[in-house]
Amino acid sequence: MSPETPSFIDRLRASGAVVSVLAIVAAFIVGGILIAATDEKTTSATTYFFARPLDTLAAAWNAAANSYAAMFRGAVFNYDASTFTAMIKPLTETLTYATPLLTASLGVAVAFRAGLFNIGAQGQLILGAMFATWIGFTLDLAWPVHLLLVILGSILGGALWGGLVGWIKARTGAHEVILTIMLNYVALNLLAYLLNTPVLQRPGSTNPVSPQVNGSAMYPELLGDEFRLHLGFLVAVAATALVWWLMNRSTLGFEIKAVGSNRHAARTAGINTFKVTVLAMVIAGALAGMAGAAQVNGTERFLTESVAASIGFDAITVALLGRSNPIGVFFAALLFGAFRAGGVTMQVATGTPIDIVLVVQSLIVLFIAAPPLVRSIFGLGQRKKRKPRTPGRDAAVAATAGGDK
Amino acid sequence: MKLELKGITKAFGGFVANDSIDLVVDEGKVHTLLGENGAGKSTLMNVLYGLYEPTEGEILVDGKPVHFRGPGDAMAAGIGMVHQHFMLVPVFTVAENVALGDERTKGAGILDLEKTRKAIREISDQYGFHVDPDALVEDLPVGVQQRVEIIKALVRKADLLILDEPTAVLTPKETDELMDIIRQLKGDGTSIIFISHKLREVKAISDEITVIRRGKVVGTADPSADAMELASLMVGRSVDLSLGRQHSDGTDVALEIRDLTVIDSLGVPTLDHVSLDVRKGEILAVAGVQGNGQTELVEAVMGLTDHTTGSIRLDGVELLGRSTKQIVNSGVGYVPEDRSTDGVIGDFTIADNLILNRYDRHPVARGGSLQPAFIAENAEAKIGEFDIRTQSALHTASQLSGGNQQKVVLAREFSRELNLFIASQPTRGVDVGSIEFLHRRILAERDKDVPVIVVSTELDEVAELGDRIAVLFHGKVMGIVPGNTSRDVLGLMMAGSTAEEALAEADAARLATTENDEPQLPGGIA
Ligand SMILES: Nc1ncnc2c1ncn2[C@@H]1O[C@H](COP(=O)(O)OP(=O)(O)OP(=O)(O)O)[C@@H](O)[C@H]1O
Ligand SMILES: [Mg+2]
Repeated sequence: MSPETPSFIDRLRASGAVVSVLAIVAAFIVGGILIAATDEKTTSATTYFFARPLDTLAAAWNAAANSYAAMFRGAVFNYDASTFTAMIKPLTETLTYATPLLTASLGVAVAFRAGLFNIGAQGQLILGAMFATWIGFTLDLAWPVHLLLVILGSILGGALWGGLVGWIKARTGAHEVILTIMLNYVALNLLAYLLNTPVLQRPGSTNPVSPQVNGSAMYPELLGDEFRLHLGFLVAVAATALVWWLMNRSTLGFEIKAVGSNRHAARTAGINTFKVTVLAMVIAGALAGMAGAAQVNGTERFLTESVAASIGFDAITVALLGRSNPIGVFFAALLFGAFRAGGVTMQVATGTPIDIVLVVQSLIVLFIAAPPLVRSIFGLGQRKKRKPRTPGRDAAVAATAGGDK
Repeated sequence: MKLELKGITKAFGGFVANDSIDLVVDEGKVHTLLGENGAGKSTLMNVLYGLYEPTEGEILVDGKPVHFRGPGDAMAAGIGMVHQHFMLVPVFTVAENVALGDERTKGAGILDLEKTRKAIREISDQYGFHVDPDALVEDLPVGVQQRVEIIKALVRKADLLILDEPTAVLTPKETDELMDIIRQLKGDGTSIIFISHKLREVKAISDEITVIRRGKVVGTADPSADAMELASLMVGRSVDLSLGRQHSDGTDVALEIRDLTVIDSLGVPTLDHVSLDVRKGEILAVAGVQGNGQTELVEAVMGLTDHTTGSIRLDGVELLGRSTKQIVNSGVGYVPEDRSTDGVIGDFTIADNLILNRYDRHPVARGGSLQPAFIAENAEAKIGEFDIRTQSALHTASQLSGGNQQKVVLAREFSRELNLFIASQPTRGVDVGSIEFLHRRILAERDKDVPVIVVSTELDEVAELGDRIAVLFHGKVMGIVPGNTSRDVLGLMMAGSTAEEALAEADAARLATTENDEPQLPGGIA
């Protein structure tokens, strides 16, 4: 009888900010245990565990603490460094890594609010990057104008790719998860193909790389040559503010949230669900496309097949962690930027494999997706005593409960 | 089972929804809870069913204190609950639904549905339910789905059954059948807690009545007390149940519906060449058993149906083919019949729900930007005017009691100048005090010369409001009769007689009864 089955997104969104923070803490703890368990000193200490158990614990503690300290030095502040530049460089690296992630995650978040599980940020980013690169090396214009065109191009490329999903979904009802997965493949293969044709391939090269974009098409560095941090970060911050306004103050955001929460009531109130679905995906794609420009015209300078790295997929995690709320997404993107920046230092300094960062990231998702788990770990009260939201919303409660709404 | 609730208190944050409630339900008795919207009835039942932990207080079953950590414990203790919105899986069969959560296995994890089927057949035969264990739930009418819920409880050996507004979604006939079932259950020693806003039912079925107001027990009432007394006890002031309204013939025809036909996804017409006129300043009530085309009629006017032909003209302008937004903006107010699906967005605040269909119009928005100050002011004003019981306009709609959600919908629709007002089941789940208020609001709209369509399956409401009454049956108009037409005639028309046939038949019946010198019974539950 319930109008809509509770979706995965609904359940994730329903979990509170506290759960997000606790999920991070829990993931770090489990990550620490894993670091300790795979640490050589710790394993050798366990051979005489019963003779001197404290040795094992001390070794375990040291292993985890050293790794996390290295991560901190790589991501936030390097207190071991000799120059001020080297000390603050990690923080700027974190912000640099966070830049493309931030806009891509905002895109995923906007789609989530419209009830769309958009896992196509990867493909949308690639399209944005292709447009940005092409405009960047073919046109010959003065600086702000050229960069502006690059940004608009990346927005256009991503918006087309996202909008296509929205349009097919609204027209035919095809599921956006399938559509976005497919379009991710299409985008990746299109990129690989074009990088081997004169359209995008560097003249004279046999490798799949594009020409360098012109200097006038680059985001200028914000803190001089020593740091990679570029203007794209401020653009991403501005995008965050804009998305906040969109979702909290604009009529379009109102429509997006209405359609995402209850499309029947939205339709009855006269909201055009077709238009909203398409527009939400256009906006999602545009934001992911901007991340493409941040990659090429911010740091990489030229296009390769690996331009998107795992940004499009990390963006899903970041959007979930930030609970699809622009401010939450902002901090979640910084955290993930820090993971990227700190992971490398950790591996170099302590030998802890960088993969542990992936494990921690994945654990965060797991803990967010299972709030009851986090609540029981931290001994928080069960929320199921609350009045069931909409009937059928909360699957666990709905099986047995419900109000008289 | 004898159930005692002692000093049950349930607070949500600082708000006390149940304030040290004492209640005793004796074995084999029907105990009715009567109270306004938001009085705390459902909350109390959710506490009893283990869904909420009481803040304070104690539950005794047959004299022994019990502590429920969840519905599972409550069920184990013999308490069953039927929610107004059924918790059934539509694509499962009756047997599968009944087995759900109580799966009997033959070992090795193989479901033993045969046992469940047998249990369903036994119960079905015992109470005359006529439920086929192998039918798919989604194919069953609402009334039968409700029986499946009751069977679910009985299979789990419930000695006490909670029925929270069970009749709100039933047709009059289904309601009568439910009353018979309750009587049988009670005969077998099952205790029943019954919640309803329909005083006629309450009087017919209750052994005891407890009245709750603003979370407190304010007294008990005798089922033989008259409806007016019950209503006043509940609301805490005297309620005038008769509107004492003037009939209106209306003025010019405002809405002309011609040959309106709606074809459903299976190619079957759900509305078949319907033609109706509604005049300015009159209320056209549309009566009929649920599912005879009423929903399609109003949805077609609102531009919400596909495959629609014919013509719908409002003040000479064709509405068919226009978008819902254009229709809403041309001044059509609409109260959908299913408020939780179509009327409100549960996750949105009350304030946002109050502007759901004009969020992009001046003064709610300016240049694509919402005006939070206006939205907040508007919410405060409407909450006051419509007596919406909430602590804050920023609570979500899903935190409101059922009846208060309905008031949100009506408050929203009455927020603007209307050229046509359409209400489907406008007072479903609303308490008598508020019904009086809402009916007066609808009449006031009519008296402003607005054409009004009220669709209702409640004959009381149809008779109360309709200046003229159209009866729909199988997607066709059986006739349009004056507002004072008797319930008998309407009942016959709802079963498929034309107006003339129904009048003739009712006359014959009346002659027969007057010859026997019997007083004429009012319709409905005898
Ligand atoms: N989870 C919640 N958080 C805050 N307030 C709540 C919550 N659940 C219920 N309430 C409030 O408690 C009061 C009682 O609600 P309840 O649903 O029990 O009313 P009711 O008597 O069943 O009314 P109705 O006849 O309209 O169904 C209402 O004012 C409601 O807003
Ligand atoms: Mg209730």
